[in-house]
Amino acid sequence: MSQEGANKSRRRFLTGAVSVVGGVGAAYTAVPFLAYWNPSATTRAAGAPVEVDTSTLQPGQKVNITWRGQPVWVIRRSEAAVEALESVSDQLRDPDSAVASQQPAYAQNPHRSIDPEFLVLVPICTHLGCIPSFMPQAGSLDADWQGGFFCPCHGSKFDMAGRVYAGVPAPTNLVVPPYRMADNGLIVVGEDQEAA
Amino acid sequence: MSDATTKAQGGMLGWIDARFPLTKMWNEHVGEYYAPKNFNFWYYFGSLALIVLVNQLLTGIWLTMNYNPSAEGAFASVEYIMRDVEWGWLIRYMHSTGASAFFVVVYLHMFRAMLYGSYQKPRELIWIFGMIIYLLLMAEAFMGYLLPWGQMSYWGAQVIISLFGAIPFVGEDLALWIRGDYNISGVTLNRFFALHVVALPLALVGLVVFHILALHEVGSNNPDGVDIKKVKGKDGKPKDGIPFHPYYTVKDTFGLGVFLIFFAAVVFFAPEMGGLFLEKPNFEPANPLQTPEHIAPVWYFTAFYSVLRAVPDKFGGVLAMGAAIFLLFLLPWIDRGKVRSIRYRGLGHKINLALFAFAFVVLSYLGLRAPSEVYFGLTVTLWAQIFTVVYFGFFAFLFVYTAFGFEKTKPVPERVTE
Amino acid sequence: MSKFLLVLLATLVSGSAIAAGGYANLMDAEVDVSDEASLQRGAQLFANNCMGCHSAKFVRWNALPEELGVSMELIEENLIWDSGYQAGDVMTAAMRSEDASAWFGAAAPDLSLTARSRGADWVYTYLNSFYVDPDASIGWNNTLLQNSSMPHVLWQLQGVPQPVYEGSGDALKVAEIVVPEGQQGAMTEAEYQQATKDITNFMAFMAEPVRAKRQELGVWVIGFLLVFTILAYFMKREYWRDVH
Repeated sequence: MSQEGANKSRRRFLTGAVSVVGGVGAAYTAVPFLAYWNPSATTRAAGAPVEVDTSTLQPGQKVNITWRGQPVWVIRRSEAAVEALESVSDQLRDPDSAVASQQPAYAQNPHRSIDPEFLVLVPICTHLGCIPSFMPQAGSLDADWQGGFFCPCHGSKFDMAGRVYAGVPAPTNLVVPPYRMADNGLIVVGEDQEAA
Repeated sequence: MSDATTKAQGGMLGWIDARFPLTKMWNEHVGEYYAPKNFNFWYYFGSLALIVLVNQLLTGIWLTMNYNPSAEGAFASVEYIMRDVEWGWLIRYMHSTGASAFFVVVYLHMFRAMLYGSYQKPRELIWIFGMIIYLLLMAEAFMGYLLPWGQMSYWGAQVIISLFGAIPFVGEDLALWIRGDYNISGVTLNRFFALHVVALPLALVGLVVFHILALHEVGSNNPDGVDIKKVKGKDGKPKDGIPFHPYYTVKDTFGLGVFLIFFAAVVFFAPEMGGLFLEKPNFEPANPLQTPEHIAPVWYFTAFYSVLRAVPDKFGGVLAMGAAIFLLFLLPWIDRGKVRSIRYRGLGHKINLALFAFAFVVLSYLGLRAPSEVYFGLTVTLWAQIFTVVYFGFFAFLFVYTAFGFEKTKPVPERVTE
Repeated sequence: MSKFLLVLLATLVSGSAIAAGGYANLMDAEVDVSDEASLQRGAQLFANNCMGCHSAKFVRWNALPEELGVSMELIEENLIWDSGYQAGDVMTAAMRSEDASAWFGAAAPDLSLTARSRGADWVYTYLNSFYVDPDASIGWNNTLLQNSSMPHVLWQLQGVPQPVYEGSGDALKVAEIVVPEGQQGAMTEAEYQQATKDITNFMAFMAEPVRAKRQELGVWVIGFLLVFTILAYFMKREYWRDVH
């Protein structure tokens, strides 16, 4: 056996060709193994958008639903509550909802919603994950209270748009999930509002 | 490659080599492992078995991510994988086809050893390790088959475990202990799952390592049965040997390509293989109150199943089946011949071995059929009995033929023939 | 080597024919899961005639649009009777299994995988093997599956098939089935056979929705592997010049 007279360049070419084709094959083979980890059809179905009927909801009331394993509250705010949002702005950590991760673009406004009358929130305290108490009544927590959410675990407070007060343990506003306003008083949680 | 790069690589490799025998292992087992240059078609199946093992491990782990090992959920979880999990169907078919492919490859690999006397001294331990691997593989396949919890899974397991019940005195308790319940149930399923996914794969991988180490210790046999270490060149390397890398890595890559074409053809066009690889009754969930019309083990067990059914007595059948496998272990000591390869052995041995292979294939076929079916005027049972005699006759003939000097061999060449 | 391959091929081919099971006289269902029109007709017949009692609980309704070539809206309008349908729901039967057990003696089996457990040819033959049997509790019987609780749901399409007996006593059996002149159904014989073929086709789809896609993909995979193997062969030959 000898390597004399071996056509080095042909050898290199063939080794290279087999390596490249083999590599492509290996990459294609990896795809199913990686995609296998994606949410399955059943999981995607379980995570489908949820329709909420707000036609019987009174001002100051909320509806509880579950979406993708999380609690979601749909709250009908009274006009007074919406007006009072302005007055507490200077006590808030992030009054303009500058932290973009906490809400979709269409909820980046003082009332943190598409329609000022309805608030859609994920009621999980952004401190350590407890579920805050819903306290819509002015004066119910203390004399200056304009309505909002109070977390009993470590005392974090949020206003009636889910915006976090300054000086409390929670660092950011409550999360607003994607949602859209549909016909007949339906709110569809889990689908984005198309740009108007 | 520039000098700087070489040095840098030498640096990193050198760092590792000072702490771990990486280059040493590479040289000893791949780069400077001298294998005979005359390996033929029969020598592809060792590396292919390794590939199939990797396939089973990978696809198996992936399936475990979505499989539910409870009696209530198992069947549905398999359908979930087949329909709702992205590419789940492909992983499942690769695993089920791989199981059958494993046995095709392993049977051909074992037959190579019989053709060329690779079980003879000094390779008896390689053969023993291999036989243990074969035994564990059968256990692994048997346990894996229960997991889909179909009609055939359930009833096949029922039949096989009741064989343990046939053992005198301890049988019933043994069967109860294996099942963990009075009948096959979710309890049995769960423990078979643990054994199939963790225990047996670990044991198999360990034994494959031992198998290869034992091989490399002695060096590979070849189709001429010639000892290549006897004739060395000036460089101290066997004249008829070539380094495994690049010659056999390159050749095995080609072998892999051919194998994958067959494998893909099955996976994509015939994953059920007409009911041989995925048996029809297994598309029905297990029903302890209803037995399928026709219970048969999967094709790779049917030869031994034939032997079992050929003996009218239940325990006798178990003994015969056990003996059929056990005798294979003893092959290095049953064969008293001094010549390894069939190329230089007596005519009697060639005929004997051909009959053995033929009997194994026929017994495998018969094991798929109902005992009462008739072929060429004889029942399946009768044919199975005839071929069981041929099967055992192989060992008896081999011993007598070689132990008492009846075999007339041809002279074995000094050097390998191309 | 080629002799070996021949033997292997023969074993595989005969093996698959053998394992196929003991029914020698099944009609050929000619399954073609790429025939969208057939699948659509089959889906409609299945939903209208079978799902009163039978479920297909492994099949999600939203798995149908892609393969059948229709929209989900069309499926919801025409095939789904359940007003509480949510996206992602599976094909459940109208009848509850407890009621079925009480009324028929046994719950109607789920049909998701029947085309695989019995075979498509069996299903097709079964749908064409019903006959009137006054001795049976439900008034119908079937040459392929004797004395089950399944009535001939499609009789209005096929007509009332009458058995032609032969033999007597214990050896009595149905030699053939005939639909007499005056008892024809809404479909001709050819139309009925096509309808049952469509149902069978749809059931084959339900048993393995991915079948058409896997065969398509297989062509590419094997093509790729051929290229790889040919290149690998040339590489092997090139390196092995050293050895020979």
